[in-house]
Amino acid sequence: MPNKILLDSKKIEIILRRLVYELIENHKDFDETVLLGLQPRGIFFIDKILEVFKRDHPNIKIKSGILDYTFFRDDFRRSEKTLSASLTKIDFSIENKNVVLIDDVLFTGRSIKAAMSSIDTYGRPKSIELLVLIDRRFKREIPIAANYCGAKIDTFKGDRVKVLWGEKLKDNVIYIES
Amino acid sequence: MNKLSVDHLLGIKSLNENDISLIFKTASHFKEVINRPIKKVPTLRDITIANLFFENSTRTKISFELAEKRLGADIINFSSSSSSVKKGESLIDTVNNILAMKVDMIVLRHPNPGSSLLLSQHTNSCIINAGDGAHEHPTQALLDSFSLYENLKDLNGKNILIVGDIIHSRVALSNIYALNLLGANVKLSCPLSLLPKDIEKLNVTIETDVVKALKWCDAVNVLRVQRERMLKSYFPDNREYSMLFGLDVKKLNKIKKDILILHPGPINRGVEITSDVVESNNSLILDQVENGVAIRMAIIYLLASKMNFQLTNNEII
Repeated sequence: MPNKILLDSKKIEIILRRLVYELIENHKDFDETVLLGLQPRGIFFIDKILEVFKRDHPNIKIKSGILDYTFFRDDFRRSEKTLSASLTKIDFSIENKNVVLIDDVLFTGRSIKAAMSSIDTYGRPKSIELLVLIDRRFKREIPIAANYCGAKIDTFKGDRVKVLWGEKLKDNVIYIES
Repeated sequence: MNKLSVDHLLGIKSLNENDISLIFKTASHFKEVINRPIKKVPTLRDITIANLFFENSTRTKISFELAEKRLGADIINFSSSSSSVKKGESLIDTVNNILAMKVDMIVLRHPNPGSSLLLSQHTNSCIINAGDGAHEHPTQALLDSFSLYENLKDLNGKNILIVGDIIHSRVALSNIYALNLLGANVKLSCPLSLLPKDIEKLNVTIETDVVKALKWCDAVNVLRVQRERMLKSYFPDNREYSMLFGLDVKKLNKIKKDILILHPGPINRGVEITSDVVESNNSLILDQVENGVAIRMAIIYLLASKMNFQLTNNEII
């Protein structure tokens, strides 16, 4: 079965701009807010969000980082595979800050649970929000919902949602691999 | 490769290049973890580790204990001086009794070379060698190499000098294996009486003139003179050893270049190294101690990830 395109670059661009406006609406000048991209794929999505901020809202200065939650996952020793960690880079305190976690696809919710536990080791944030590009809404295994969502989609079991970020805006695409 | 090729850490000799690079990569992530405000992760919350120390240790024991606690493991500590070993119990019996209490992993320090290998063959547990006599001390060599790797980036082609009591040192042997795997050139410098027979076969060169050897190297690892292991006299006295092989500012000034300085501890200040060198800017000695916890977390994590959850579940056993 051929791959089904969910969102083309034009639609992704509109979503990115909308998500940025929603963030500004809730966080204003971002003095008390930090954005954290989740490893492994949320780091590409946060880059796109930051690009839109830089291009459309250059006066807003944003603190951003990268969070890896491997050591907080609940599937350690549950398969033959060793869980390999990735880089974490948070060069600021998150104590009493509003933290927005950013990931590309919200699926079972387990990654977000691990990420929220991981955040605690850096301090106690004032609040934690979740921003995702795609919400596979009927696949949740734990009660987690996104505060900001690019698009909600329904998928079959075994479907894989792929987000491809190209060098240029026109190269971005999201499709379902069956 | 994201998996170790071994099920136990018995020595560096049994590791390959991929293992070392995986351990370093994982350790760098754990180094970030131990610098967070809260330094603990819950990864090993279902694992119990026994630290069996049949020999005295300060640094290694504390470092292992911290690494285990920061990984969220349950731990028990055992020292031979206050145990049934004094009543004549064998090592294998002692360990099997501890394992019967549902312990998953054993960290072993023992005065007899090969004791870790013996345990791995006769018990059903994951074994980490924390030093077996004058044989190997793999975690020390890994943390030494990791400290060098952080500063020199790539050890391939780098010149590393090991000065000191080579014949009694498990650190020397493990370091030679590790540095060889990482592609470094290794030179040894010590009185010939402290050099094991046929050591050249391990792809090392020997230089008895320390200043000449220091001029050649990018980093020097200074080893302790292990008086407690010397059953006879290997050199006339500490003063003479210090003058000829001890690392001091006078010798370092002669080489007219900066080199990195390591020492696995404990330090005999004024014998193999002087206080001003220990505290100099090029000294990595305290970095080694910090890296020790990260390296041990990485090793325990990677070995534990090879133990399938089902195998340690009581219902399955």
